[in-house]
Amino acid sequence: MELNLQELSTTQYPVPADMANNVAITSLSKLYNWGRRNSMWPMLFGLACCAIEMIATASSRFDFSRFGMEVMRATPRQSDLMIVSGTVTKKMIVPIVRLYNQMPEPKYVLAMGACASGGGPFKEGYNVVSGIDKYLPTDVYVPGCPPTPQALLFGMIALQKKIDGESLSLMDDVPWYGVGPSEPTPVPILGPDIIDPRQMDMIRRRAESGARQADTAVMDVSRELPAWRSPALATGAVAEGGSGTATASAEATGELTAIPGGKAPWEESEEIYEQRRINALRRKAIRASRRTQEG
Amino acid sequence: MVDMTAPDLDLKTGSIDDAIANLKEKFPDAVSDDTRAGYGGVIVDKGQLREVAQYLKQNLGFDYLSSATAVDYLGEGQHTTDDHLEMVYHAYRTSGGSALVFKAQTDRDDAVVPSLVPVWKGADFQESEVYDLFGIKFTDHPNLRRILLWDGFHGHPMRKDWKEPYYEEEAKPFGSRWPGGQVHRAEEKTIFGKNVQYPADIDLSRLTDISESKLYEGFGMGVDVQKVTHDGVETDQLIVNMGPHHPSTHGVFRMIMRLDGESVRDLEPIMGYLHRNHEKIGERNTWLHNIPFTDRLDYISSMGNNHGYVLAVEQLLAHNKRWKPPTYRAEVLRVLMVEMSRIINHLWAIGFWLNDIGAFFTPVLYFIEERERMMDFFEAVAGSRMMCNYMRFGGVFADLPERLRSTANLMNDRVRDYNTMQFLTEMINERIPRTIDDLEELLTENEIVKVRSIGVGILSKEDAINYSTAGPLLRGSGVAYDIRRADPYSIYPELDFDVAVRNEGDMYARYSVRVQEMRESIRILKQILPRLEYTANESATANNGSHGDKAPLGEAYGRVENGKGELGYYVVSAGNKRATSNPWRYHVRAPSFINLTPLGAMSEGMKVADVVGILGSIDIVLGETDR
Ligand code: SF4
Repeated sequence: MELNLQELSTTQYPVPADMANNVAITSLSKLYNWGRRNSMWPMLFGLACCAIEMIATASSRFDFSRFGMEVMRATPRQSDLMIVSGTVTKKMIVPIVRLYNQMPEPKYVLAMGACASGGGPFKEGYNVVSGIDKYLPTDVYVPGCPPTPQALLFGMIALQKKIDGESLSLMDDVPWYGVGPSEPTPVPILGPDIIDPRQMDMIRRRAESGARQADTAVMDVSRELPAWRSPALATGAVAEGGSGTATASAEATGELTAIPGGKAPWEESEEIYEQRRINALRRKAIRASRRTQEG
Repeated sequence: MVDMTAPDLDLKTGSIDDAIANLKEKFPDAVSDDTRAGYGGVIVDKGQLREVAQYLKQNLGFDYLSSATAVDYLGEGQHTTDDHLEMVYHAYRTSGGSALVFKAQTDRDDAVVPSLVPVWKGADFQESEVYDLFGIKFTDHPNLRRILLWDGFHGHPMRKDWKEPYYEEEAKPFGSRWPGGQVHRAEEKTIFGKNVQYPADIDLSRLTDISESKLYEGFGMGVDVQKVTHDGVETDQLIVNMGPHHPSTHGVFRMIMRLDGESVRDLEPIMGYLHRNHEKIGERNTWLHNIPFTDRLDYISSMGNNHGYVLAVEQLLAHNKRWKPPTYRAEVLRVLMVEMSRIINHLWAIGFWLNDIGAFFTPVLYFIEERERMMDFFEAVAGSRMMCNYMRFGGVFADLPERLRSTANLMNDRVRDYNTMQFLTEMINERIPRTIDDLEELLTENEIVKVRSIGVGILSKEDAINYSTAGPLLRGSGVAYDIRRADPYSIYPELDFDVAVRNEGDMYARYSVRVQEMRESIRILKQILPRLEYTANESATANNGSHGDKAPLGEAYGRVENGKGELGYYVVSAGNKRATSNPWRYHVRAPSFINLTPLGAMSEGMKVADVVGILGSIDIVLGETDR
């Protein structure tokens, strides 16, 4: 593949015309992203019918090696992308979470098909998980049953665009650039039914409060997702429970700005991008002040 | 005691009625006719079930147990007044002919039935499945276990009084959707906000995951390392786990092996990682509703799955006076689709088997390319590449379009546009035969393929029958049993083709059977082409709607020879006065599942590297194995 250096250059520092083909001046983020987006190694791992279309995508007619993704690795330790290609069952989610935990960061999850996105045709089944995002942070959803190879390619290109939007300076958006190792996702337990350790409290509460009542209270979303993925944080609002501390220390650094959601990262305007950056810095400050309070 | 004198040859080949008469004569107290409307076969007292089964096999020649499953008649009320669980067995003769159906009834609260594994080993996994889903205990079963779910799961989900967490109503269409017109997310209606429910007395503080430990315990493989001595040299036996995430287990399949060096001493297949509750959902669905679900069983050959299911339901619908069977053209179209699926299936099976024995992905690429052509055809005809959802009761969904306009060719952005008949003719007469020639040229005499596969994974003829294997696995072991010939359906009787058989019973024999079957399929397709021409003015969809949407009461077992083997559907229409809109019971006799029964026996003494090859040569698809 021919390397287009101009694409890589940041316009801020112009390169003399006669060196444009040999020299690029760019930011570290951009270089990182450029490298990663073009060498996405998916995990060789099929779950159900969708896996067949994934194989079709990998083979000669559709051929995703055109996008640098052909190196399918059978071990999670060498892969960047988990394509969840099919129905996730309760029995299978246990190994899937383990596999995810074994993948080195940065790592991405692509939910391929109706089943992986939300349960699909088998959603009502007693052994079916209603979508991989109930357990793992998911980056791209590809609709279809099964998605055609073209749709899967589109999803993978969407993921590349998402990677383009990542930045070393926005550590909150991209957990692996943060400080310290990130927490592994707790592995679910196969009890009488599947049990998500993150939901233990909620299950206990519900079970105690006379369980089977028509109590369909809003579920505890913040407990379902890792903190950095929580919708409350993403929109700038403060997560339940932590509100007291957060507002208290936020005074020192200024309020977080609410950012309108619903846009893909690459569609966001400059202002939103800027706001995100400011929010990220503020949140960092909040965390730092919380640490000093605790320590 | 049963008289075990020399079996009479006439009895072994006579009609089913003769066999039943003989059976009733032999066991006057234990065997009685099943007189319920729409039902057939006999009901056997469970106390003598095993003797009767033994007699059927030994003296009456029913050597092949095709399917064993259960039905829960809780509160059914029309056919039976007492609530009971019923085991239903379908036994066949490998010499051909239709089924002898026998049933055994047991109490729901204390459900125990004698195991038939001592008679037919093929009952092994099927009984485990019934135990798992219905909670019937089988006495003398060698390893009764939760085969699809996990140890510790609460309840037996296929019982009629067991409700799933997203339970809304007994049958579709759900009142809220039709006529109510309300759509909601199922999560919002459950208290845990997820597809889970826990027994009232759950103790979260003492929660342990016993699924794994029980598993190893059941196989007697509790210890990790065992010392053994070979000629005075002490070595270790290791327990090695393979899967469910493993590139050569063809999906989410898992095996536990006890290894002595490189040799396999013991192997246990473990499945259920794709158990998506096909049958429970199928019982909530309407009859028609199940067709797209069958697509997702063996997702390589969805057309074949459709065919088996519509055949089963059509047997029920035929009780209806107004029923009009499919037109001739509809049958021709069905066979066209099914035979093309068979070719796709075998190409896929051979390709992935080669992956397993070391030719990683290169051969597959050639086969997938050919498959893509057929996918284009399916897409143009049925609307979807893989999940065709093409057949209907009394016909097919749509006739062939005049022109095939398939997806854009991504390489040069040109839309493909062909005349359908020209496309088909070229494909059947030239392209597919050429692909198979290429395949044979590269593989059949290939030294590596031969060395890796000849004499590996042997299954004897007797075992193949005894283990209820089907498809190329059975025919590779010298049993010329092909349902298209043995118990013909559709227009197969008038078509000219041979049943591919090999006697060696090893991996190479299975490979040869598959290649031969593709050639036979081409032969059939060549006979289909003129039939397509001269039925061109006939309608394939004319009789689709002639039956309403209700099925008369009764039971039916429809089976087809699918790429992987005998695919059977056992359906029961019950619970209402005259006709039902939902199946009372919907069971899939999955060849991929039952063909795994002898995997352990075939792998014993083989090397680890051969085991993946043996698994590949069985050719499983997990959607069908786990359902
Ligand atoms: S989305 Fe459809 S094709 Fe994909 S795994 Fe689910 S049922 Fe199969």
